Amino acid sequence: MADHGTMLRISHLSKEYRKGQPVLKDISLSIGGSGLTAIIGPSGTGKSTLIRCINRLVDPTTGEIWFGDADLAKLRGARLRAARRRIGMVFQEYNLVERLTVIENVLCGRLGYVPAWRAFLRRFPEADVERAFELLDQVGLGADFANRRADQLSGGQRQRVGIARAVMQEPDLILADEPTSSLDPKTSVEIMELMAAVSKARDIPVIVNIHNVDLAKRFAARVIGMSQGSVVFDGAPENLRDEHLSQIYGGQGWLN
Amino acid sequence: MAELSAAPKQAGSAVRRAFPVNWTVRMVWLGLFLYALYACSILDVTWPRFLQGIDNGARFIGRMFPPATAPDKMALLWAGMVESIQIAILATFFGVLLSLPLGLLAARNMTPKWLAATARVLIGICRSFHSVIVAILFVKAIGFGALAGVMALIVATMGFVSKLFADAIEEMSMKQVEAVRATGASFMSVLAMGVLPQVLARFIGFTSYQLDSNLRNSTMVGLVGGGGIGATLFTAYQRFDFDFVLTILIAIILVIMAAEAVAAQLRKVFR
Repeated sequence: MADHGTMLRISHLSKEYRKGQPVLKDISLSIGGSGLTAIIGPSGTGKSTLIRCINRLVDPTTGEIWFGDADLAKLRGARLRAARRRIGMVFQEYNLVERLTVIENVLCGRLGYVPAWRAFLRRFPEADVERAFELLDQVGLGADFANRRADQLSGGQRQRVGIARAVMQEPDLILADEPTSSLDPKTSVEIMELMAAVSKARDIPVIVNIHNVDLAKRFAARVIGMSQGSVVFDGAPENLRDEHLSQIYGGQGWLN
Repeated sequence: MAELSAAPKQAGSAVRRAFPVNWTVRMVWLGLFLYALYACSILDVTWPRFLQGIDNGARFIGRMFPPATAPDKMALLWAGMVESIQIAILATFFGVLLSLPLGLLAARNMTPKWLAATARVLIGICRSFHSVIVAILFVKAIGFGALAGVMALIVATMGFVSKLFADAIEEMSMKQVEAVRATGASFMSVLAMGVLPQVLARFIGFTSYQLDSNLRNSTMVGLVGGGGIGATLFTAYQRFDFDFVLTILIAIILVIMAAEAVAAQLRKVFR
């Protein structure tokens, strides 16, 4: 095992939603250390499914997902929840609980640690609450946002809260499913900068599904290209050439 | 032009009728009308009988005025009304309390199919009978009084509210729930932070409607021995105390209107 960061090792992972129609075909990957790993590929190619298999929002059909000393693909019940709290997740549509306040949403990141009755009565440990305020600051939202309801925020602000929630879990890995696809170009860059900063500060790997190839190249240390459920490129962004993109997305005309 | 003006000449022919006669529909209407006449003759629903009834009704209404305001009657009214309100509040409280788990179990996006189906059957049974019928059952089973009324209205509340709860839970955003689940939250924590915030406002709304409905029904369960103002009303009818009947009816209207105002306030607070 590496000295820093926990290694994620996916081997022979397949997923079929309908029998005989695999969305993921025998994927094997190792992701560790720190820094952003971008997964690029056309819509419907299984990027989202791959990421959701890791924290088991989707159950894989076959294969193993080793993270630390457990095969995530086999976990159930309490052990699955214990594994999930070490994996933060950021969503395309932010998936904040709209009717909760910003600070409550950030504190949702502690639900793997805090018993349900404490969450229900909002009696989170003092240290958690302080940390939540700290994180709000770090993602660029001041304390005056804390008591606003999530449905009053703009897209960029919501995604910042989403990132704070993920970091609140004290995760060893962060998964991000198209975190910038609903945002304008400037906010997209800011969100990617924030994710890169989190990865660096916590020294953990961050896996980002992303449509925007330029953003992927700019922020990722490693790019994985997927096409039709298989990995067709895996390497440093500077090695990603037009012929790879053409292989990933098909066609060539759009490249110029 | 010649062709257009020629057309009306053909209109008489059976081929081109805009509104063809539908004999089936005509026969159904005719049958219905004849049956109504027949039923009237059987049930002694006749014009002279109606006039006689109107006459009687006028005397009945005449005897209602002025409404009774004697202190002893007011004391009876007060005691009955307080009991009815208590029946309604207790039935709403316990009924909603029991509906929370039942509604959750019946929500197909939170529980396995077989469990949701079972819960829905149970809810269906609770809703099958009118609360007066359930009240009669409870009066026979546990005796006269407010307890029977409360139990009957608890059953009615569960049948109605848990169905609404289940539907509200099924309509919530699963994306928000998924995000909470992804943090490693336990099932109870997912309920507390992912489900409840999404449905609470609607739950409060349903509960306030049910309180309103229970208030009205609590006046009715009294008629069959379930306690409350209904019992007082029934006694007043039987004693031909029609002026007191009017007082009770006015009091019921006032209470229902007050309850509606309170419920509206409640819904405003929990938006």
